[in-house]
Amino acid sequence: MQNIVSISDLSKTYSSGHQALKSMSLDINRGEILALLGPNGAGKTTLISIICGIVNPSTGAVKVDGHDIVTEFRTTRSMIGLVPQELTLGAFDKVINTLRFSRGLFGKKADEGYLEQLLKKLSLWDKRNSEILALSGGMKRRVLIGKALAHEPKVLFLDEPTAGVDVELRKDMWTLVRDLRESGVTIILTTHYIEEAEEIADRVGVINNGELLLVDDKQNIMHMLGKKQMIIELKQTINEVPETLSAWALQLSSDGSQLTYTYDPYEQRTGITGLLDAVRDSGLSLQDVNTSQSSLEDIFVSLVKEKS
Amino acid sequence: MSQQSSKNPVINLQAVKVIYKYEMLRAWETLLQSFASPVISTALYFVVFGSAIGSRIQTIEGVPYGTFIVPGLMMLALLTQSIANASFGIFFPKFTGTIYEVMSAPISFVEILIGYVGAAATKSFIIGIIILITAGFFVELDIAHPVWMMSFLILTCITFSLFGFIIGLWADNFEKLQLIPMLVITPLVFLGGSFYSVSMLPPAWQTVTLFNPVVYLISGFRWSFFEVADVSVGLSLAMILLFLAACLLIVWWMFKTGYRLRQ
Repeated sequence: MQNIVSISDLSKTYSSGHQALKSMSLDINRGEILALLGPNGAGKTTLISIICGIVNPSTGAVKVDGHDIVTEFRTTRSMIGLVPQELTLGAFDKVINTLRFSRGLFGKKADEGYLEQLLKKLSLWDKRNSEILALSGGMKRRVLIGKALAHEPKVLFLDEPTAGVDVELRKDMWTLVRDLRESGVTIILTTHYIEEAEEIADRVGVINNGELLLVDDKQNIMHMLGKKQMIIELKQTINEVPETLSAWALQLSSDGSQLTYTYDPYEQRTGITGLLDAVRDSGLSLQDVNTSQSSLEDIFVSLVKEKS
Repeated sequence: MSQQSSKNPVINLQAVKVIYKYEMLRAWETLLQSFASPVISTALYFVVFGSAIGSRIQTIEGVPYGTFIVPGLMMLALLTQSIANASFGIFFPKFTGTIYEVMSAPISFVEILIGYVGAAATKSFIIGIIILITAGFFVELDIAHPVWMMSFLILTCITFSLFGFIIGLWADNFEKLQLIPMLVITPLVFLGGSFYSVSMLPPAWQTVTLFNPVVYLISGFRWSFFEVADVSVGLSLAMILLFLAACLLIVWWMFKTGYRLRQ
């Protein structure tokens, strides 16, 4: 079976009336790293919570490795590990004890060798007898990851894994995530940073307002999402774009002093050099040139427009 | 990754084991609070009620007063400790957010219940036994029906731990957590004949007292010690079983609907 997780027509309306998910369908490939990209409140955490069994779906179904998450919850949940967004840990527990607890809770027999190896991989072995209270924020996040991996899951969900995490730890985390993928674990993580999705994911799904706007290979998404704009400020004002520049589909600002060129920075040829040459040849003189990356907000707006 | 031992087990015994162990560990780590404080307060009750007041009352229905209050004192401790332990055990993970892990684990409410309520009941049982031993130092104790005594003891521990578990699930702040034990349970226990026989009350109050469920608990428990009871032992047993069934039903409903646990 190609898909490890198969979500069909999943929706969730909370008792408050808030509709967090609107009929979402998504297949997650075995062994991939999938990034769910979307702003706060998009429905990412709700989606993960349903698959993990923390939130009941309103309609629709989810299968994990061919097993239904409601009728065969014992099978599906034992395959899943979850690293929540918040640092929710028992303050007075010892690191090693909380991992033993997690392993047992998910039905696995005690295996000190495995936990030792896991703690070493997370650079927590020296801290195994420390109370969680005494750990730094970064260490607590690693403990959460350790707890999620304590029962050797096949699917790992990381909800906003880099929230409040410094650069060093983020690098370590991505190394760990890649290692896990190597060992055959499927990883689903949520983020609201495009750069993060770009750095780690194989595929990216874009979620907004409880809807999956699109899901595709990272390369394709980056082409679509990663548009940049170059704004050319002119010394003079013009009434229309010169004929010689028509190939670049420029937009002229209303006051006639700015030309905007939209391009794909991932293309071999961005057309920037040619454009600048052509601007010079047309006799226009430049005041300033700057480029800007389209923000996630812009991208959602344009995606939503495209859809409707 | 390693193989699944069995595909769809009926019960996740490992999970029951770790929850139970975790909860018991919590008690050992706070040994003084868990076990020493109920012993100290019971000893104080003996000094005040047993010695100071008891010396003037002499006997109730042929039982020396100091001895007479032992079952009531045990019940007082069992009820308050069962409720406190079980309610805190489930409330705290809810409060800190660590409950997410239990909710996402491959377990049903059966494992959660056996783990949390089992541990709370065990702790109460240990406290009950400790109080009984402590009482033995103050007064002479002969237990007429040890098997009945043990049965009442265990049933009470389980039932009121279940009740505490319900309070822990229901409470969404610390105030609510304290509300029922303080405003309901403590008065019911004190008015339930812990320190007196119901027959000592004026007739009108005797009737009112029969609406207090704790009367049945204490009466049955006291009968197993001295064969002295306010109501028949069968009725006592029936009442406690009824309360147990009611608690089970409520817990089952709470998990079925995901009450304050699963949205």
